[in-house]
Amino acid sequence: MLGVIGAHKIDDLFADVPADALNADFDLPDHMGEMAVERALGAMAAKNRAAGAGPFFVGGGAYKHHVPATVDHIIQRSEFLTAYTPYQPEVAQGTLQYLFEFQTQVAALTGMDVANCSMYDGSTGCGEAALMARRITKRIKAVVSGGLHPQYAAVTRTNLELVGGQVDCAPIDPGAKEDLAAQIDDDTACVIVQNPDVFGNVRDLAPIAKAAQAKGALLIAVVTEAVSFGAVKSPGEMGADIVVAEGQSIGNPLGFGGPYVGLFATRQKYVRQMPGRLCGETVDAEGKRGFVLTLSTREQHIRRDKATSNICTNAGLCSLAFTIHMTLLGEAGLRRLATLNHQAACKTADALSAVNGVAVLNQRYFNEFTLRLPKKADDVVAALAEDGVLAGVPGGRLWPDDPQAENLLIVAATECVSDEDIRTFTLKLREALQ
Amino acid sequence: MSMNNQGRPTRAVGAATSGAASTFTGNKALQIEEGLIFEIGHFAETGVDLPEPEGVESRLGDLARSSEIGLPGLSEPETMRHYVRLSQKNYAIDMGPFPLGSCTMKHNPRLNEKVARLPGFADLHPLAPQDSVQGALEVIDTLAHWLKELTGMPAVAMSPKAGAHGELCGMMAIKAAIDARGEAGVRTRVLAPESAHGTNPATAVQCGFSVDGIPADDTGRVDLAALKEKLGPDVAGIMVTNPNTCGLFERDIKAIADAVHEAGGYFYCDGANFNAIAGKVKPGDLGIDAMHINLHKTFSTPHGGGGPGSGPTVLSDALAPFAPAPFVVKDDARYHLVESRAAAKEEGEAASSIGRLTAFHGQFGMFTRALSYMMSHGVDGVAQAAEDAVLNANYVQARLKTEMTAAFDGYCMHEALFDDRFLKETGVETVDFAKAMIDEGYHPMTMYFPLVVHGAMLIEPTESESLRELDQFCDALIHLAKKAKAEGPDAFKAAPIHAPRRRLDETAAARKPVLRWTPERPPQAAE
Repeated sequence: MLGVIGAHKIDDLFADVPADALNADFDLPDHMGEMAVERALGAMAAKNRAAGAGPFFVGGGAYKHHVPATVDHIIQRSEFLTAYTPYQPEVAQGTLQYLFEFQTQVAALTGMDVANCSMYDGSTGCGEAALMARRITKRIKAVVSGGLHPQYAAVTRTNLELVGGQVDCAPIDPGAKEDLAAQIDDDTACVIVQNPDVFGNVRDLAPIAKAAQAKGALLIAVVTEAVSFGAVKSPGEMGADIVVAEGQSIGNPLGFGGPYVGLFATRQKYVRQMPGRLCGETVDAEGKRGFVLTLSTREQHIRRDKATSNICTNAGLCSLAFTIHMTLLGEAGLRRLATLNHQAACKTADALSAVNGVAVLNQRYFNEFTLRLPKKADDVVAALAEDGVLAGVPGGRLWPDDPQAENLLIVAATECVSDEDIRTFTLKLREALQ
Repeated sequence: MSMNNQGRPTRAVGAATSGAASTFTGNKALQIEEGLIFEIGHFAETGVDLPEPEGVESRLGDLARSSEIGLPGLSEPETMRHYVRLSQKNYAIDMGPFPLGSCTMKHNPRLNEKVARLPGFADLHPLAPQDSVQGALEVIDTLAHWLKELTGMPAVAMSPKAGAHGELCGMMAIKAAIDARGEAGVRTRVLAPESAHGTNPATAVQCGFSVDGIPADDTGRVDLAALKEKLGPDVAGIMVTNPNTCGLFERDIKAIADAVHEAGGYFYCDGANFNAIAGKVKPGDLGIDAMHINLHKTFSTPHGGGGPGSGPTVLSDALAPFAPAPFVVKDDARYHLVESRAAAKEEGEAASSIGRLTAFHGQFGMFTRALSYMMSHGVDGVAQAAEDAVLNANYVQARLKTEMTAAFDGYCMHEALFDDRFLKETGVETVDFAKAMIDEGYHPMTMYFPLVVHGAMLIEPTESESLRELDQFCDALIHLAKKAKAEGPDAFKAAPIHAPRRRLDETAAARKPVLRWTPERPPQAAE
């Protein structure tokens, strides 16, 4: 091969590299066989306690659900796993058709007109939604609910402050009692409210949607538990202008936080201000229906410095997992799954609220709720973990600087929780509080 | 199934019928036409056997969803068949060469997939107590070590979710460093070559900078003299891809770095092409301040039809204090996660953190895959992968330049760039040539990028291709080039004719976007 090229040795091809930088020394090991790699990484995996190893009640933006075996089999097919972004539609109709189906499912779930073919995750989608509201309204301020996941709020702050925007975060609101209407003014681009909120409260978005829109601002609804779409009135029905959601719950494993799949939907009139990729229907030269990526004049590879976002990828394979699982569920399956989640949460809340000194703070909730404990939730979670129960997210983990959150414990219960798990959790919590 | 009942223009220029006899079903042997789930599904059925609910009273009150959602369901065998049929309409690395320049479509080892699915990694909650996830933090720390060592850089931010997100991270760190120097609002201009990826200018603007282009010299590299003229007290930094998007190493890279630093700016290196030099060159030795690394390119995590990516970003000593939360710290034998700005301050590291780029800790599932690749290859294998990638690209360039026109003289790095001079007066354009490749069984190369070359065709074979595969590929392209010169455009304009679809009408798709299925006709976007 070197002969055809006209070179003598490989490093002739690297002649443009400064000589003193070529063939550097590295403090790294040489290659290993497949068995040895599997053993080494298997040892690291074995140091972790998997969610399925015992009673498990951790939520807070990522949820343990059962994923049918069919999903993981299909996403490992070579034609999906090892394909590129479908820029050559004639040989990418498989990817494009599922993206079109995905967009339709997301629009239906959120109660919106249109959805894109996914964002990196829910939190980055939230940041992008705030930027989109800024583009639409030409205003600088985001009013953020005290029920928004604090890491979502932090991402939004990072995104907005970068371009001179302003973020007004309300104090934590475990009882869903805040009234944000007073904070909306002529500079407000959007109000961001999570539902169910980070404490598990199911909120009525209609009043705040009206209040925001009356002042020319947009309501951004955030959903971190996608299974709730099967039980709770959709954000679209309650008047949201943009809906962002974390789609991990459907089809995707917990995976220590990623990769996940962000859902992003809005009203028809805002479609050209949307970030991310869109798949659209068209026809081919013979008149047959086909699909292409479209409205790319919004995107970086065409618009460069005028793009709506710098996003270049979506969450392709995770959106495939989402859409396969949703197709397997269908309307009937999703509703049943949601009912099973709600049932597990109601039973867990009833059992735990019978423990001395423990109060459930929520009125309306779906599969997650918040307890006020008589002592620091961090310590309680640590004690229960010793006993093999992963009890939930302690307030101190999400709001390390807020003493009001110290005794709060956010508990999620999904279809994976058994009656036995609930009994064990209750027993161990009682012991830990004695 | 209803098709083309919308009265759209259906003929692309020169499109003739494929000549193949039509079938009753519309299927073509192994190619099965497949409807949308909304056309073939059932609204009352489900393919998942969940237990019967017990009838607990709802605590949602009047916020319970009563309206129909509109989601069809398929049984398990129907689901399997639907997606398998769709999959067979896709090209993929596992089927043949995927020579997309700049995209690095290398083989995705399945060991990586197996490892990522171990319950200790896949079934792990990001907010589980830290004592229960020590092995996961070890993965992050070990991968971080590899990335820092391979790049010769002192710090790395692991949370960026993709390459463009890593760019954002790096440019935010640069902005924060400038603000910390008291030069906020003074240094507002970012320089980027005209050949840059579109994400570079888009990222700079997302950080509130304006973008100023630097021309290329006649060897396809940054024009150092022109760059120096553009430097000034208002320049925040430069964004340069190296090897660049023409597949060439920036010979003057150190001089570029020195000039930018001397002018008070920072050097952002777009690491999209790091795979050409990984294990051979430490970018830190070249004077860069920040660089993202696409784990889905250099370290073989699957592209998955457009994601998920992963874009850890290495930072110099000057930028390290601005690294985003979270990050992993090791003391004694225990790892712990620093998750907030305040905690970062206490830690002393990342004392002026730019904040948080995403919830949780980044694309962990990609970390396990990339680490599996690195451990399998070792530093010796990573270097060999770079060498083989460069060897393969030069071989393709040497074989093709007799019939096609190489954009620049001399050796290339990991990708070979051609322009459309060889198609002059044939009536065939770059896009036609690319579509004709589809009929020969190949995914097209990257076309019309970089923008600095007319009718660009950027070919990146990667190290994964064998000599036999490369020769077949080159033979096919040489055949097409000769055919274009001998026979003219007709056959090329009609291509592809053997793919699941002929050329698609992208203009119509954008003019009246149909972005979802609806029972009646879909709503139309505002013009």
